[in-house]
Amino acid sequence: MTKVWGRSKLCVQKEVEMVDKRRSLKEAIAEYVRDDLSVAIEGFTAFICFAAGHEIIRQRRRNLTLIRMTPDVIYDQMVAAGVARTLVFSYLGNPGVGPLHCLRRAIEKGIPVPLAIEEYSHYGMVGRYLAGASHLPFFPLRSYLGSEMPQVNEQIKMVPSPYGEDIVAVVPPLHPDVAIIHAQRADQHGNTHVWGLLGVQKEVAFAARKVIVVVEEIVDESVIRADPNRTLIPGLIVDAVVHVPYGAHPSYVQGYYDRDNAFYLMWDALSRDPARVGAWLDEWVYGLSDHAAYVRKLGAETMERLKPGSAPAAHVEYGAYP
Amino acid sequence: MTDLTPSNVQAYTPAEIMVVVAARALAGVRTVFVGVGLPNLACNVARSTVAPELELLYESGVYGAQPARQPLSIGDPTLVTGATSVISMADLFGLYLQGGLVEVALLGGAQIDRFGNLNTTVIGSYTEPKVRLPGSGGACEIAINAQHVYIIMHLKQRAFVEQLDFLTSPGHLQGGTTAQQVGIPGKGPQLVITDKALFDFANAEQEMQLVSLYPGVTREAIAAEMGWQVRAAETLSETQAPTTDELAIMRRLSAGSTSQRAGEA
Repeated sequence: MTKVWGRSKLCVQKEVEMVDKRRSLKEAIAEYVRDDLSVAIEGFTAFICFAAGHEIIRQRRRNLTLIRMTPDVIYDQMVAAGVARTLVFSYLGNPGVGPLHCLRRAIEKGIPVPLAIEEYSHYGMVGRYLAGASHLPFFPLRSYLGSEMPQVNEQIKMVPSPYGEDIVAVVPPLHPDVAIIHAQRADQHGNTHVWGLLGVQKEVAFAARKVIVVVEEIVDESVIRADPNRTLIPGLIVDAVVHVPYGAHPSYVQGYYDRDNAFYLMWDALSRDPARVGAWLDEWVYGLSDHAAYVRKLGAETMERLKPGSAPAAHVEYGAYP
Repeated sequence: MTDLTPSNVQAYTPAEIMVVVAARALAGVRTVFVGVGLPNLACNVARSTVAPELELLYESGVYGAQPARQPLSIGDPTLVTGATSVISMADLFGLYLQGGLVEVALLGGAQIDRFGNLNTTVIGSYTEPKVRLPGSGGACEIAINAQHVYIIMHLKQRAFVEQLDFLTSPGHLQGGTTAQQVGIPGKGPQLVITDKALFDFANAEQEMQLVSLYPGVTREAIAAEMGWQVRAAETLSETQAPTTDELAIMRRLSAGSTSQRAGEA
């Protein structure tokens, strides 16, 4: 690994900052997600960019290292499609539903291909992103004491505090080759507004070598500047901005659409049978040209069903200081 | 206040008494770290009965959630709307949990041993699993850093085992002061709330002991579901059955999720 820093291009970023970074999802995935790279599509239950996962499947990437705290249904689908050889994670479940059957088949039986795993706790994964983002050799945390997890993952080490008697756990930095973040809105430079569950979206974006932001809406720069406290990710670290409405379905986007829990329950039943998973991928991923086609196939009634009621925030006054 | 007179009793399921016992155990608690399902329901029942000041902290990064519906997962958007604060997971684990602000955490697992150590990782060996379970999630650091841990699990022989297949989240480790000796700051498991009886660890060995049997449950029935000969507290009590009030509140609070699941499925 020649790059010491996660983001060696920082020095040249400034002069290209004003470039329009808008791309189609097809272009962004083709350019940044290559075979053998490590990819983190994050989002804790919310903001999971299924559209990007499906496009990676559609472009038939292979030997990826998939990184995600909670692999969720999206990595279940991607592993079933054979894009991955390694999974880095901290919780392997279909949230609120049960197990992830495709991932279990891959880990327990090597179907469709064997999957190596590298396993942490949630805070261990958060710490890895934090160390990666802030260019530190490790992140210390009070976890793993008495647990057998360090015995099955030699990356987790227990070290004495240099300042006292404490023993703390440390985890190494993580620099995903590509992070894919879904959000409500961004401008054409990649300055991104997020509200709702923040998860590790900021940390993984700063830790990654390339960042693709996928949003429900592209807005004018003035919309971002009118509410700078809501800018979680600055365009400075963003490589591509992609406009994909409903791109997180069946996951959700706060204030835009609810989680499609019926889909998660349906996947639990369907994914027990590899043949049905294959048929689903044919019909809903390989058989469609892009996510817009997926949304059309879902139909307007699905989006109507997932539409939340209104709960606006109170007006925020920043003040003008000419 | 909740009316606990015996005349106020009606039929209930094992899961319902489990929720009610967990809710009662939260009396006076201010901050609870909670997951979905029965623990979530227990917290919401507690907030309507014995712990009106209870603030719910979710692993997804929500503090002071007041969900308008029973959340379908710990990342449900209903947790965000109307919450006191939404926080990054870095702040959740670093400032709230590791900072010592969590009074009680509710945990469960596929396996538990006599010292309250939990396995949520694997059945069989790690490298050749018979059943690959979800893993730690936040449970390992929650078990270590919460001030107190209450464990909620159905009492079953395959879950209450002599020897864990994998130790994911530490309880009292080998008992006594062994958890303190490795530097665990929290007090560890205090209660194990099951569908048949209540257990605690109030002895020098910090070993799980039977403290209270639910109405109609015998000690033999308990013994039959445990992989080791469980000890009993010096005085064994009988748990008060859920009251009409408690049942009404719980059923009203759980109705949302039941009808929603039925409607969507």
